[in-house]
This record gives sequence, C-alpha cells and structure tokens, in this order.
Amino acid sequence: MALTLDDVNRIAHLARIEVEPHEAEQVLLQLSGIFGLIEEMRAVNTDGVEPMAHAQDLTLRLRADEVADTDQHRLFQTIAPQVENDLYLVPKVIE
Amino acid sequence: MLNFTIKQLAVELAARRLSSVEVTGFFIKRIKGLGKVFNAFISVDEERSLSAARAADVLLRQGKGCTLTGIPFAHKDIFCAQGWRTTCGSKMLSNFVAPYDAHVIERFNTAGAVIAGKTNMDEFAMGSSNETSYFGPVRNPWNTAAVPGGSSGGSAAAVAARLVPAATGTDTGGSIRQPAALTGVCGIKPTYGVVSRYGMIAFASSLDQAGPFARTAEDLALMLNTMAGFDARDSTSLERKTEDYTRDLSKPVRGLRIGLPSEFFADGVASDVARAVDAAITEFRKLGCETVEVRLPNMKLSVPVYYVLAPAEASSNLSRYDGVRYGHRAPEYVDLVDMYKKSRAQGFGAEVKRRILIGTYVLSHGYYDAYYIKAQKLRRLIAQDFTDAFTKCDVIMGPTSPSTAFNIGEKAGDPVQMYLSDIYTIAVNLAGLPGMSIPAGFGDTNLPVGLQLIGNYFDEARMLNLAHQYQQATDWHVRMPEGLEEP
Repeated sequence: MALTLDDVNRIAHLARIEVEPHEAEQVLLQLSGIFGLIEEMRAVNTDGVEPMAHAQDLTLRLRADEVADTDQHRLFQTIAPQVENDLYLVPKVIE
Repeated sequence: MLNFTIKQLAVELAARRLSSVEVTGFFIKRIKGLGKVFNAFISVDEERSLSAARAADVLLRQGKGCTLTGIPFAHKDIFCAQGWRTTCGSKMLSNFVAPYDAHVIERFNTAGAVIAGKTNMDEFAMGSSNETSYFGPVRNPWNTAAVPGGSSGGSAAAVAARLVPAATGTDTGGSIRQPAALTGVCGIKPTYGVVSRYGMIAFASSLDQAGPFARTAEDLALMLNTMAGFDARDSTSLERKTEDYTRDLSKPVRGLRIGLPSEFFADGVASDVARAVDAAITEFRKLGCETVEVRLPNMKLSVPVYYVLAPAEASSNLSRYDGVRYGHRAPEYVDLVDMYKKSRAQGFGAEVKRRILIGTYVLSHGYYDAYYIKAQKLRRLIAQDFTDAFTKCDVIMGPTSPSTAFNIGEKAGDPVQMYLSDIYTIAVNLAGLPGMSIPAGFGDTNLPVGLQLIGNYFDEARMLNLAHQYQQATDWHVRMPEGLEEP
C-alpha cells in the first residue's frame, strides 16, 4: 500500500509536528522506504497467534491509595518555558 | 591507572594507595583533553565530580566504602541526574537540568561512585551510529573516520578510549551491544525488568532496558550488582531476590551447550566478522563447551516488527514534549496547536520525527490491526523461537553486528540500511532476553569484532561466567586503540 502526500500531512498533524510543504516530498520518500521494509511482515500467516504486548507476562502492581510523593511543583516549574502564579502559561485556548 | 579495571581500582582505593580525587582528576583530564577528539561527552562538570570524589574519599578513610566507592563512571545522557543537564542528545532538552535522580544514578550515588560526565548519544536513543545526536557525531577511538555505533555511542567510545573505567547505557534494539562491538568493549543488556527505568528517558517502553559498559566481564558483573534490583517507581521492575552477578565467574564452563543459530551465519554477515566469531567459538570448544545448531526462523522479521512497535511506543512516549512544562518552546507561534507543532518541529531532529510519524501512522484509525497488532503477533513467534532454542542449549552465540564499524556518513542518508545494521540484536529485545557483546578479535581493517551472547531469562550470571572464562583464555579485551596513552 503506497503512502501519499495527504497521508504525510495527516499524520504530521496528528503527531503535532509541522512539516513544511517543501519537506513533505522528502519525508514521503523516506517513510515509503521504511514501509517497504515493514510490508515484509504482512506476508506471514499469524492466524490464531496471541499478540505479545510485553516481554514479561506482567500484571500491574497495586498499592495502597496513599500520598507517596511530596509537592515539588516549584522545583519542577523552574525548568518550564513560561510560568506565572505557579501556573504553566500557554496561548489562549478559549475565547 | 589508564588500564585499571574497576576491580583493580577498588583494591587501590580501599588500600588508600590512590584517592578518588586522584582517580577522578586523572580521568576528567583525559575527558577534557583527548576526549574532545571523539566528542564522547555532552556535559562535563569537573567541580561537581571532584566534590563527589572528596566525599568518597571521606567514606574510604572511614572504612565505609564498597566496591564502586570513589570510582568515576560516565552515564549516558538519557539518565536524569539531579543538577546535571540531561539532554537525551536532543535540542528539545538542550537546556533541561534534571530536578531528580534516575534510579540507576541513585544506586551509583548510594555506592559512593562519582559521576564523571554525561555521554553523547543518538537523539532519544534512536540510531545505530551516534550520528543523530544534536551535539554532533561521536568518533570511534579505533578510527576517527568510523562511527562508534549507537545509540549509546558516547559511553562505548569513552570506555574504549580509556576516558573512564566504565559507563552506563541503554538498549532498546541493540544500543548497548552494537556500540560495544564496534568499539571493542564489553556491554550487557540484562533481562527486561531487571534494572529500573525510573528517571531514564523513555523511548519504547516494552523494550528499553539499562545496562553497563566496561572492559571486562567481571567489571560488568560488579556494576550490575549495583544497578539491578526492584524499584516500585518503575511498573515493569521485577520483584526478585537480590543476585550476586559475580558468583559464577570462576565456574568451569565445561559441558555448557552453545546454540549456534544458522540465521546468524547466513549471507548477511561480513566474512571478516564471521571469521572472528568462528575463532571465538573454537576457543569456547577448547574450554570444554559443546556446540549445537539451533534455528530462529522468524528472526528475519525482527527488523520490520521492531520498526512498527518501537516507533508506535515512541510516538506515545514523546508526546510529552509539547513546549509547555519543560524543553524547547518555539519563539513564535499563532495559537496553541501551532505552538505544539513548531516547538516539536524545531526541537526534534529528522530521525526522531520520522519515527514519531511512523508510529502515529501505525497506531492511527484503520491501520492499527494491520500493523501494530500484526507486529505484536509476530513478536510472539520471534520470542517462541528462542524458547524452543533454549530447550537444546544453555546460551546462544553469534555476531553482534553484521559488519565492523562503518564510516561516518556512510549510512546516514538511508534509514533502511541503518536499521538493518541491528539485525542480530533486535530480536533479543523483542523477546526480553539478556544479551551481551564482548570483544572477539579484529576485522580486515583492524576494527573490533563483537561476539554476542544471548542467555535465557535471568541467566546473566551464566553469560558473565562464559565471558569471564573466555577472557581468562584470550586477550582481545585488553587491546587498546593506538595513540591514547597521553591525556
């Protein structure tokens, strides 16, 4: 199945990565090469095989619902691009 | 001091014939001088390192030291270390100073070890040559025109060039074993779940695992003793009894069965690599090991399967880099979505963007079953091949990499060729097994060849035993690149 420029633009939007029109051709070319490699696996019959999500058959541990961490938001916000009144600032979302 | 192992340094430090300040100063001087040639480090902080060395000397004076106390280690720049810039090789995190310690760093700190610096790496650990780093490529100490492998290329080069006695790395598809092979040092990726990934920047969470680089198998065992163990902060960390990974080093290996998969010795491997690996296996036969042929028929599918699963997981893990809480934010944008898109387009390099796009595609509506679920089914077949093979053998051996180190720029423009250089290592991550690479000679152009050992789950001690016995009988691991004596 061949990828198109529309696919590239669609997934770039989903991934929230700006791809300039002049880059899209090159991205398409390289992704198509990689999907050429990936397509090899589609020829193999996997009927009845259980998907393997994880290297060990783990079940997630449960723990008591207690506060385990201290509030460190000041420390964590020292590396934020823009902060005001302990809040992370982003462009206006709701008019 | 140049060629002292961790074991030897520990003896000198405990006997107070050397101080940590002397040892740390010696290696930092090399990092800041000779080290520049290889571009192996992203961050060096001499004052911080020496202050840790002084603290270690106090412990040693009080007789409170342990094996790693006072020894300088380099850490891959994927591990958060409080107060250290932690970049993951990316512009996205080029100003990120970690507010906390990764579990691995915490363990080294508790042991009184010294952080000698943070090593260069492929951006977000995505690469096999260390060319995708925002901080420039790392050069191979055996030939500076060649790559050191990746993604933990800085750590491997630092150990090979004797800039540090040992280092840490991470391995998602071969990122410890392949650079270890290409630079002629030892590296082990433990069983998935043995080392906590808390504070280790995530790439593909069902595959990522941390491990050590050193010059001997014995040193790897000593480091693993510090690195391994349960940590509740990583949901995949396994609750197991504490192991002493040095316990079997001296055991005889007579009678152990080495599985040789025909797929590892087929057309794809360069003849000089095959020759060196054959010679290594002959050496193991001399040590009394038996060899049996095994089959891994689905191994050829591991590269396509990996390039669905790892990008899928990466696209999810890397969605956190949005320019809001930390990391790069674009200087100009029109609205929130534009801020995300521009910050990510500017902050990530080409390979990282490529993998996020692949991952986004294979997880998107209408393609999930055809790619992602299909790859997960094949993953089970690949893992099952190993389970079958281990009914006939105790350990699997083969080449780590199909060739010796290639030149910088040789594969950089062709992602598919680059991906295929991990053909022998990826299947091990998919199965979650422990894998290791040790030096096993040199190829036609005098570049190192690595022998890969693959063990059954939790068989690290046996792999280290085999490697240690091999290193008692051979001297490949003590060979050193030329011209590195002077700092």
